[in-house]
Amino acid sequence: MDASNTTVIAPSTPSIIAERVIKISARNVDVFYGAKQAIHDLSIDIPDRAVSAFIGPSGCGKSTFLRVINRMNDTIPSARVTGTIEIDGENIYDKRLDPVLLRARVGMVFQKPNPFPKSIYENVAYGPRIHGLAGSREELDEIVFSSLRRAGLFDEVKDRLAAPGTSLSGGQQQRLCIARAIAVNPEVILMDEPCSALDPIATARIEELIDELKQNFCIVIVTHSMQQAARVSQLTAFFHLGFLVETGDTDEIFTNPKDKRTQDYITGRFG
Amino acid sequence: MNEHTVKKFDEELTALKTKIAQMGGLAEEQLARSIDALISHDVDTADQIIMTDDKIDALELEIEEKAILTIAKRQPMALDLREIMVSIRIASDLERIGDLAKNIAKRIHAIEQEHPRRIMTGLARMGRLALAQLKEVLDAYAQRDEAKALAVWRGDEEIDALYNSIFRELLTYMMEDPRNIGVCTHLLFGAKNIERIGDHATNIAENIYYLAHGKPLKDERPKKDTTSTTPVTTFGA
Repeated sequence: MDASNTTVIAPSTPSIIAERVIKISARNVDVFYGAKQAIHDLSIDIPDRAVSAFIGPSGCGKSTFLRVINRMNDTIPSARVTGTIEIDGENIYDKRLDPVLLRARVGMVFQKPNPFPKSIYENVAYGPRIHGLAGSREELDEIVFSSLRRAGLFDEVKDRLAAPGTSLSGGQQQRLCIARAIAVNPEVILMDEPCSALDPIATARIEELIDELKQNFCIVIVTHSMQQAARVSQLTAFFHLGFLVETGDTDEIFTNPKDKRTQDYITGRFG
Repeated sequence: MNEHTVKKFDEELTALKTKIAQMGGLAEEQLARSIDALISHDVDTADQIIMTDDKIDALELEIEEKAILTIAKRQPMALDLREIMVSIRIASDLERIGDLAKNIAKRIHAIEQEHPRRIMTGLARMGRLALAQLKEVLDAYAQRDEAKALAVWRGDEEIDALYNSIFRELLTYMMEDPRNIGVCTHLLFGAKNIERIGDHATNIAENIYYLAHGKPLKDERPKKDTTSTTPVTTFGA
């Protein structure tokens, strides 16, 4: 309608940002792979104890930005990141910061479940052990069991903790990977399409788990499923062609997006 | 608005709009005929109106089914979701308008033929006004014309004002001559029905606003219907 086109939309702070502590703050971030720029001048605030979803078509930069948050791009020689990304006010690209320690604070769950070729127990125990989080076998047991419990997997695996992690079903493997991620007591959990290889029931269990985990963690999820973003997140950011187009409260983005490109994408109108 | 990648989705939304237009046309016709039949005391037309109401009811069901099926199949978001929700709500308003028109038609049987013609004039004017409002708001929906919808929304004041004056006028006729009480009571209900139809037209206007903006119309609409708080003794002879 004509009237809506003439309305000037004032940029407003999403209410979830106002209600929570800001955990991650990115300012003017550019990411290059060689000469190709994958992310352009991106600035965003991500709230603690909430789920933030990144959505957008393939190649829009959402996964690239997710990987920037725990410096996964360090391993790609041609990748270059400029701008600032702070977690709790601390620049994570500071030269003095050890990326291994950063990754203990910022856990990651991938699209395809990737348990280590070890027992269920060892999959979860590995992180706490290398980071020296447990002083005794009892403490390690406690960490492993509570992580499996928080991941909603304990009851299903408690009688076969010595079985290989790869012997579990896809959904169980993904929950094992989430247990592994939370075992080192991270602050942020990044999830890159965590349900795209799972059936609807396994997906529902992961979504239920994400909803519980948000009480204690800052969760960032990249998803191709708009319905999933709408269901699990409180903040949604829409990426397109390497630009962050629109950030807002999830309830607002999926019912009344401000930008036409967001509207076109979430309603299935992109050509 | 661009087309959906899935063409069938566009077809489903268009089909919903078409059905609403069809239902709206039918509701308009029912209202126009019921007012004409009331004034000319045309019992045959009244019967036809009563029978035709089933068609409106059937259309409402059809729109509801189509809308539910589209939600299930497409999981619509944003504008698409509003489009579908609004079509369900408008269909429900139109169904009520149909019922109210039918109720006017039913009263024609109950009204005796001999009564002064002048007591009908106010009601005829009110009916024409409500009909114009309904026509405008349906056009506004079809053309997605928010300004037109807002004009209808504001215009309801006039129907309310007219209803108040008819209310007083009919009370006066009843007090003048108790033989008028029968017909005037039916006309009062008829006027009330038309006033309600005006309210449904404003509901539709509010939905057109919601469709465009994604948030409800917040303004307070001026309410001029004071009949429910007017003491009858005010008109004492």
